[in-house]
Amino acid sequence: MADQLTPNGHIDEVSGVETTGHEWDGIRELNNPMPRWWVLCFYATIIWAIGYCVLYPAWPLINDATRGVLGFSSRAEFAADMNAAKVAQSAVVEKITASSLQEIAADPQLSQFATAAGAAAFRVNCTPCHGSGAAGGQGYPNLNDNDWLWGGNLDQIYQTVAHGIRDPADPETRISEMPAFADMLKPNEVREIAAYVVSLTGTPRDPAMATPGKQLFADNCASCHGEKAEGNRDMGAPDLADAIWLKVDGEAGIARQILAPRHGVMPAWNARLGDVAVKQLAVYIHSLGGGE
Amino acid sequence: MNYVSETIWLAIGTFLALLGAAFAHDSLFQAHMWVLFFTLLISTILLMRRISFTPPTPAQIAAKQSEYFDEVIRYGTVATMFWGIVGFLVGVVIALQLAFPDLNIEPWFNFGRMRPLHTSGVIFAFGGNALLATSFYVVQRTCRARLFGGNLAWFVFWGYQLFIIMAATGYLLGITQSREYAEPEWYVDIWLTIVWVAYLVVFLGTIIKRREPHIYVANWFYLGFIVTIAMLHVVNNLAIPASFLGVKSYSAFSGVQDALTQWWYGHNAVGFFLTAGFLGMMYYFIPKQVNRPVYSYRLSIIHFWALIFMYIWAGPHHLHYTALPDWAQTLGMVFSIMLWMPSWGGMINGLMTLSGAWDKIRTDPIVRMMIMAVAFYGMATFEGPMMSIKAVNSLSHYTDWTIGHVHSGALGWNGLITFGALYFMVPKLWNRERLYSVRMVNWHFWLATLGIVVYAAVMWVAGVQQGLMWREYDDQGFLVYSFAETVAAMLPYYVLRAIGGGLYLAGALIMAFNITMTILGHQRDEAPIGGSLPKAPSKSPALQPAE
Repeated sequence: MADQLTPNGHIDEVSGVETTGHEWDGIRELNNPMPRWWVLCFYATIIWAIGYCVLYPAWPLINDATRGVLGFSSRAEFAADMNAAKVAQSAVVEKITASSLQEIAADPQLSQFATAAGAAAFRVNCTPCHGSGAAGGQGYPNLNDNDWLWGGNLDQIYQTVAHGIRDPADPETRISEMPAFADMLKPNEVREIAAYVVSLTGTPRDPAMATPGKQLFADNCASCHGEKAEGNRDMGAPDLADAIWLKVDGEAGIARQILAPRHGVMPAWNARLGDVAVKQLAVYIHSLGGGE
Repeated sequence: MNYVSETIWLAIGTFLALLGAAFAHDSLFQAHMWVLFFTLLISTILLMRRISFTPPTPAQIAAKQSEYFDEVIRYGTVATMFWGIVGFLVGVVIALQLAFPDLNIEPWFNFGRMRPLHTSGVIFAFGGNALLATSFYVVQRTCRARLFGGNLAWFVFWGYQLFIIMAATGYLLGITQSREYAEPEWYVDIWLTIVWVAYLVVFLGTIIKRREPHIYVANWFYLGFIVTIAMLHVVNNLAIPASFLGVKSYSAFSGVQDALTQWWYGHNAVGFFLTAGFLGMMYYFIPKQVNRPVYSYRLSIIHFWALIFMYIWAGPHHLHYTALPDWAQTLGMVFSIMLWMPSWGGMINGLMTLSGAWDKIRTDPIVRMMIMAVAFYGMATFEGPMMSIKAVNSLSHYTDWTIGHVHSGALGWNGLITFGALYFMVPKLWNRERLYSVRMVNWHFWLATLGIVVYAAVMWVAGVQQGLMWREYDDQGFLVYSFAETVAAMLPYYVLRAIGGGLYLAGALIMAFNITMTILGHQRDEAPIGGSLPKAPSKSPALQPAE
């Protein structure tokens, strides 16, 4: 660079601007002023910040902080929001609290509200197991069909949701336990029962297996699952003749379940969500298609 | 070179690691000490093979003292490239893990352990090595002084690599103190503290013995970065180990104070590691590459001090609408807003340094890369203050918008400015006439830019959609979507994000090839970029018609 000396250093020949006169490894610095718009914007943000600090809680003091002219508090704002939402729903919620499940279902306004509320509660609390469409999955019952383990009318659904299934923390929880037949039956007998159970669903099976299986079923299983394997809702014994399998897949799976049954657990929701939400959940689940 | 004392120290370290493994309090510490043992053992053996018992002649010593200490920078350059590829690759893997959860391989390679591997890999391994290498390069040349402390710079470099190895293997083993960007446990933190103090000594010592009357602006930023990171690292990692031969420690802070300490650290890791340090890079490599003076000295001094003063307060904006008291949230927000112009001061100085040489954006892909980096810096430092406003934050917080914001800064600013610096340094460090291929730099530029644009745009859409779905109520006041539905809705964005990251990784691989070939001394036979060599002599003068 052609140095044109000035009192400070030299003038950059491309821009005609004076440099600061220093040079590091060939790098010089122009002595341009700060862009005016930049300085003004910087001042504007500082003024805005001061204004915001005057309006809102900002500076810590010894035991407290400045409260701000607006008296804003995020906790108070949150509480007000929640309260407004509660007030907006309170009239209907009071009616639901006071009504029986049947009364709620019979009243169009209440049932519409309860179904919407139940759906919201279902999305937050139930979808992780039962799926967002309530279609369930292996080990988690489908709530859209009319195959109910513990009954599908409003009261029965309410009972299940409120107290859960095999929830050790709830004394009123629904409990049943299928014994493990590994010690009671011989392996071939287990296979024969499994073959018979599969044959009930309309799938043709080898009679040499299914026929002895029928007798074994009557001796060992019918007391809970019923003569025709139609199940028993009082003890949560599933219907085995409807080709809906909660926990197993195929004949080998049925045999494994006979040998060492797995038992699902559903938590009791009454303590967590409160009676109103459980009622609403019962109304919503009842409305899904399988309600009785 | 004589390495006797270094070898002895390494051997002692190896033995201590063996003792640590033998008397470990828990199996994780034992596994980690075995990693340390084998790392140090291999290092000891390698170093022993290089021991020379011939004392160096006075002439050799004098020759060494008179030249810049560039060998450590060459190692740092290669390490930057290597860790960059590793970090980007892990990033693409975890992006795919989010899109396709089956890719989580238990227990070592699930998302929870891979995610800190990615963040630390790109910030501390890639970014950290880039800062080490460039700061050593810049401070020597702008001070006209050899690095202070002799072999201390080697200790800083290798000590830092050991920190990276211990941190990375620890994450995969499941050792973490669960502080974002500060996951390594207490014993790795102590080691980093030692290395960092040595780094400060080397850097500050070089500045003190400088042969220039003034300290160049790039060195202000590097020094600000080194000093502040030391303070942040030490305070945020104050913890009581549960036992001296075990991994577990307990933070010195509790509750919301712990959260605020963590985000005071976390935000300033962005402010001082990823901003101040990289601004130091910008202030040297852009003027050098475009061969123009820095635009405004006055702007640099004002925006430096404003940036340093304001950044340190902005951390609470990560804790809006939490248990953090309202006054602290307010301060975090207003300081973030005031930070907007100080950040843009750096952008203006970087961009305007091109005045008088704007044509180089067209003709020089390295300049193009650096300027795109500064442009992304400007975008990210506008978006950041905007997202710190509580009303915006109530929508954006906890969504993928934040991830998009971070990556437009990290991939755009930190990544591209580092690539530019590497392309600048490599031919000079290895004494090559030019890069292997300038056209490949152009490919790298476009792949990286396209990757960033895809990534950031997709994450904006994803984040805004996520935020809106979370807060959507029906007219009766009930939530419309379950959380699981909002997760399911992200699938297409997550796939696209992985594609954006893949493009960026592809660009980095091209760079690795290009730089490797440059180091090996090859030059690709290629046509120059249009307009870049206006006065290039004709290659075949013999074919010109005779007059």
